[in-house]
Amino acid sequence: MAYSLPEDQIEVVHAPEPGGAGGLYRAFGETLRGLKTTFARVAEGPLTMQYPEEKVPVYPRFRGRHKLHRFEDTGLEKCVGCSLCAAACPADCIRVVAAENTPEHRVSAGERYAAVYEINLSRCIFCGYCEVACPFDAITMGHDYEMSDYHRSDLIFTKEMLLAEPIERTPLRAEGE
Amino acid sequence: MLALVGYYEPWWMQIIKAIIVFAIGLQLVPLVLLAERKLLGRFQNRYGPNRVGPFGALQPLADIIKLATKEQFRPSSSVEALFIAAPIISILTAVAAFGIIPFGDVHDIFGTKTGLYGLDVSIGPLYLFAFGAIAFYGIMLGGWASGSKYSFLGAMRAAAQLISYEVSQGLALVGVVISAQTLSLVGIVHAQEGMWYILPQVVGFLVFLTASFAETNRAPFDLVEADAELVGGYNTEYGGARFASYYFAEYLNVIVVSGIATTVFLGGWLIPGVAVPGWVQPFVVLGKMMLFVFFFIWVRATLPRLRYDQLMSFGWKVLLPLATLNVLVTAIIVSL
Repeated sequence: MAYSLPEDQIEVVHAPEPGGAGGLYRAFGETLRGLKTTFARVAEGPLTMQYPEEKVPVYPRFRGRHKLHRFEDTGLEKCVGCSLCAAACPADCIRVVAAENTPEHRVSAGERYAAVYEINLSRCIFCGYCEVACPFDAITMGHDYEMSDYHRSDLIFTKEMLLAEPIERTPLRAEGE
Repeated sequence: MLALVGYYEPWWMQIIKAIIVFAIGLQLVPLVLLAERKLLGRFQNRYGPNRVGPFGALQPLADIIKLATKEQFRPSSSVEALFIAAPIISILTAVAAFGIIPFGDVHDIFGTKTGLYGLDVSIGPLYLFAFGAIAFYGIMLGGWASGSKYSFLGAMRAAAQLISYEVSQGLALVGVVISAQTLSLVGIVHAQEGMWYILPQVVGFLVFLTASFAETNRAPFDLVEADAELVGGYNTEYGGARFASYYFAEYLNVIVVSGIATTVFLGGWLIPGVAVPGWVQPFVVLGKMMLFVFFFIWVRATLPRLRYDQLMSFGWKVLLPLATLNVLVTAIIVSL
């Protein structure tokens, strides 16, 4: 009987020596296998998304550009100018200036409203904390991720721009996709 | 002594032939370039270039315009005359080698006997290797005259690699030459009327193909321009139209090697059991050449680059003995 290893020792199996006729044969075989692998990629076809024409669909919880909301029945703004979003913002990109609602000039449902509401999207990190901080669900994250522009000043979104019904440019991912 | 050239045609036919062969032949380079980029894309689940023109068909044209309009400059440490001459040598030898690929037999055109090829030299493969040997002066001088260490390293690698593999490549063809009893490429094609040499000379074919990868500096033997180690190898310091010349010569070399492999091993314009009419013959040859070009691209997409010592030991310890053995066995069988 051949020498058997003690219990506490493991026999290490080495790969075959690379040289010689066997090595040449194995190298040739592996080359053919490699060629088969790459050719299978041709058969699969390209996986590229042709971006500007074809857009990557987003998930429902995707955090894109912000939206401000109104009440659907009264048309009043949900935002009451509490500045909690600005306080929660880690990038410090939200600026809110509040003003008092008067009976003649009623903008929001609460006591006060946001006279100025600006988000500097060139600083925003899209963390979604503003959405979480808002007690009235006045600000939510939309699905738009195409926000590049030629001037930084154009990336400061005002209240009117955030309140406007956004153009849905990005497809939403279907259920189970 | 000058080699004998099988002249059939009057002088005017030779001029027309030269123009047609090169006008059509050199259009293959941008085609191969595009095919390479497209296919490499497909091999990696990508599309490849598809923005310029329909299906990206104008991409090579855009590349050429970009390169041709770039500024010409050279490093202050370079040797001017050689730096300028080197890409010209490369491209000249590649074009000269292209001239001997036979695209068809001798036919009656305008009442003259015309061969569908640039030249039928009586020393076919020797002509090829003569120009191949001059071609690496293009690479050597370019790398050396650049006055840059990366170029120089690339040139040194090129010298060692091309010399090592040219021996095997040449010996692989010797087997065919012994069988065909002629050095003329047209004669070699005619000798394959019974059977393509790929069957009896399969070892020679494999050795020739492998050595061709090294001779044309293609992956997996592209150590000459190993971008990870040498920036760009011998052409690191080149830009603009001079770089384009190197690039052009490289792809033309791929086409020439494909043409030679087609002629020598795949029976040129011959298809077994079919009498190919004269005007179809060039297309048969081109089709077979494209098979080889496809294989070159396929291998490039598959195999990683060899280490330098692996390259050398593979060339000298595997390919050369195989090629020599192939020649010996062929010689013994033919002489029996």
